[in-house]
Amino acid sequence: MAQTRRPSRRRIGPLTWARENLFSSWMNSVLTLTAIYLVYVSVPPLVDWALLSAVWKGDSREACLAPDAGACWPFIEARLDQIVYGFYTAVERWRVDIVYLVGAAGLAWLALPRLPFKRTVGIGMLIVYPLLAYVLLTGGMFGLALVESERWGGLLVTLVVSVTGIVASLPLGILLALGRRSRLPVIRMLCVVFIEVWRGVPLITVLFMASNMLPLFLPEGVTFDKLLRALIAVALFSAAYMAEVVRGGLQAIPRGQYEAAQALGLGYWRTMGLVILPQALKLVIPSIVSNFISLLKDTSLVSIIGFFDLLGIIQSANSDPAWATPNTAFTGYVFIAAIYWAMCFSMSRYSQNLERRLGAGARR
Amino acid sequence: MTLETDGHLKSHATEEVVIALEGVGKWFGDFQALKGVDLEVRKGERIVICGPSGSGKSTLIRCINRLEEHEEGRITVDGIELTGDVKRIDDIRREVGMVFQQFNLFPHLTIMENCTLAPLWVRRMPKKEAEANALKYLERVRIPEQAHKFPAQLSGGQQQRAAIARALCMNPRIMLFDEPTSALDPEMIKEVLDVMVELAAEGMTMLVVTHEMGFARTVADRMVFMDAGEIVEVADPETFFNAPRSDRTKLFLSQILQH
Amino acid sequence: MPRPRSRTAPWRDPKIRGLIAQAVVLTAVVLGVWWLGRNAAASLARQKIASGFEFLDHTAGFGIIQTLIDYTEQSSYGDALIVGLLNTVLVAVIGIVLATAMGFLLGVARLSRNWLIAKLAAAYVEIVRNVPLLLQIVFWYGGVLRALPGPRQSLTFADVAALNNRGLFVPRFTPEAEAMTILIAALIGVAAALGVADWAKRRQLRTGRLFPTGRVGLALVLGLPLLAAVATGFPFAVSIPELKGFNYQGGIQILPELMALTLALAIYTASYIGEIVRSGIEGVPRGQSEAAAALGLKHGLALRLVVLPQALRIIVPPLTSQYLNLTKNSSLAVAVGYPDLVAVFAGTVLNQTGQAIEVLAITMALYLALSLLTSALMNWYNRAYALKGG
Repeated sequence: MAQTRRPSRRRIGPLTWARENLFSSWMNSVLTLTAIYLVYVSVPPLVDWALLSAVWKGDSREACLAPDAGACWPFIEARLDQIVYGFYTAVERWRVDIVYLVGAAGLAWLALPRLPFKRTVGIGMLIVYPLLAYVLLTGGMFGLALVESERWGGLLVTLVVSVTGIVASLPLGILLALGRRSRLPVIRMLCVVFIEVWRGVPLITVLFMASNMLPLFLPEGVTFDKLLRALIAVALFSAAYMAEVVRGGLQAIPRGQYEAAQALGLGYWRTMGLVILPQALKLVIPSIVSNFISLLKDTSLVSIIGFFDLLGIIQSANSDPAWATPNTAFTGYVFIAAIYWAMCFSMSRYSQNLERRLGAGARR
Repeated sequence: MTLETDGHLKSHATEEVVIALEGVGKWFGDFQALKGVDLEVRKGERIVICGPSGSGKSTLIRCINRLEEHEEGRITVDGIELTGDVKRIDDIRREVGMVFQQFNLFPHLTIMENCTLAPLWVRRMPKKEAEANALKYLERVRIPEQAHKFPAQLSGGQQQRAAIARALCMNPRIMLFDEPTSALDPEMIKEVLDVMVELAAEGMTMLVVTHEMGFARTVADRMVFMDAGEIVEVADPETFFNAPRSDRTKLFLSQILQH
Repeated sequence: MPRPRSRTAPWRDPKIRGLIAQAVVLTAVVLGVWWLGRNAAASLARQKIASGFEFLDHTAGFGIIQTLIDYTEQSSYGDALIVGLLNTVLVAVIGIVLATAMGFLLGVARLSRNWLIAKLAAAYVEIVRNVPLLLQIVFWYGGVLRALPGPRQSLTFADVAALNNRGLFVPRFTPEAEAMTILIAALIGVAAALGVADWAKRRQLRTGRLFPTGRVGLALVLGLPLLAAVATGFPFAVSIPELKGFNYQGGIQILPELMALTLALAIYTASYIGEIVRSGIEGVPRGQSEAAAALGLKHGLALRLVVLPQALRIIVPPLTSQYLNLTKNSSLAVAVGYPDLVAVFAGTVLNQTGQAIEVLAITMALYLALSLLTSALMNWYNRAYALKGG
């Protein structure tokens, strides 16, 4: 019996690793050095601007006017209320806080694994929460003061538009996708036309349509709340994209599944709801979340039609003469970009995580 | 009761006709898949349909539960004539169970959930009753311990047995089998055929499309040979295998019985 | 044997139910459209807004800061429409070219064996994709380009170009009569390069000898026009931008609006193209490059002959999708004041005439036409180049 030798373990020290990964050829070495130079030229100045040379305390522009001053953080601090609440009446802001907290709690409950009652929480978030949010934010009932949607702004508007779009686009998208695959020609054609039109035009034209054209199509005297118009436009636009995503999932389900359900006597809606859609939706979760992320980013377009969402509010703040310095605009944009980035990045990380967990369950 | 038992299974056939096909015809575009098919199936009878691929055997049994629509002739199942009428189709599908070549289990549900889905939603059974029912049939096909697993976690043979249980959970009066063992690895064919033999022994009316001639010899009351959309020969197994009348039957048998 | 007609079935026939359902839906849609139309007519009459498309011939009465054709305030709304359209096309073309170049580099960088390059590319993608495009456009415009110094403190490049908060000023080359020869030389160069390529390929098939087609072709395409230019004494009237008073005169002024928009669009779309290129290359099964290596093909050849053709099949459909997205996203120009189609037509013209329905219909129809054209091209490509069989 030959004696088997264990293969010698290769320990890679940092120098060896660097040689293999960074300097393996002269071309690679050149690239590495260029990359290091790029990083050196961009990252330290950014850190310096944002943290080291930044101004942290102050009441007005004088504080930020010092030469070599970096980011003007007192500006953000002064405007933080507006960024989070918009022009919402100060004394009523507790209502917005409740909406934020309940929303965050519900999302956390659904997102974290291994928590019970997810189905109840899910249904609650889809049906009860929007109503609760609507009542609390608008008021005018149950003894709450009325706060018109014109006063909403900043993060509040961004979240209201995104969440409404997300909640509305999934069921609408599913119906459109089913309609597009229908064997009834009228239904199929209507769905195809709807989907292709909304997907073929830029979102900004849709928003223009909602704000300029929609009032023309309503009977005299009937006006739609401006925010509601934007919400409808965003929801329909997003539903068209969602429909294509769901359709991709539906196409991937083998015919045998439909036949087995038919053979068992399940009708069309039961087949779709119990057998086909659960499988199809699971297949396209990454695309669905990707759509949600795009929706969140697209809400910034409402700033063009006069809403003070996150982007709109910082643009109005940037032009405030009380804070006019060379650094103000830059600081404002960077801060807002960081907020968007945090939200979108977490969603995309979560989606990758979800994909991994669900993929593990469907072990083949 | 297994396949090893020599000899033939006792016939449970009665006089009552449960499936009647009269002059059934079907086209796929210009291609005629079924030509003037006449067949009567009695309650408790076991019919094995065989023939070369493309002969229309799968199309035939799929017409019986309206997965395919016949265009000519009449099909009557359990006294109900099969037409485009939705209610009649639903009634028929409740009484006719089907087992597919590709199993077609629902991958996102456990075996138990696969078996209780239709009883819950179509027969409106209470959940406890449906689950007890499912467990009973899962024991019948000898995989009760797999009830809470997902289809992907079972072997091919176990999946097909689960599919049989799923169809049986609806308490059908007739069972259709469309090449149930063709997609299985050889070592798993026996376990599925054993289950089918037991089912036959209990008196279930069965229409089986298969290439498994050993099974056919043991179980079939009648053999039906189809070729090019027509029924060429119908006979009891003894006559069919030893003294087939038609030349086409003889040719087919010589090709598949070589090994 | 003739096909018999299917028997008519009672009212529970699914075909009849389907027809009834469609009739109901169709009636509802028609009624809805009629009701909306009636309201619209009434609203238009009430607000005394005109209808119809004659407004396209009316005088515009407003100026546009960038026009690729001749346009004055006396031009018509129809002319304004064309100016906006051309501006959109300009942004789209430049943006697509830049984004494709950057995207391909990015995709290859993501797959690089150099750890630092791969990580930097990944960071680029993760940062750029998670910030809204509009914010990026506004940032480049308001935060960077407008924050540049004024003309008197411009950043200058070799005294021929200048960058300041009014734009990028570069020399303008107006071709004179003899410049035609350069164009002809270029065309001859291209034809010659193609001819050489054809000849070289046939020679390779016949004798197996290789020819440096790429380098020779490039030399022809670039060298011949260069020779012609030198021979005719460089027949261009050059106008160099010069600082006169408070601003630069002469040369071409590239607006900061155009620059910010194109830059942001290119950077944003490149991150998506990079991912598409990466998944295209990764989508080619590893066995392919292994087989190529086993056959003795060197890395570069294997890439060109085996991996890239297959990767391109995966890449092209989503790539055209991104091109379409870039074109649609160019409509965000309205946020920085760049006079594209939406800003000029669906913005200014709509506000002035009030004819929202006609204006938006035309605008949306133009974008729709572009989308459908791209879809048709993509379908053609799929049919022509999809791997046959399988």
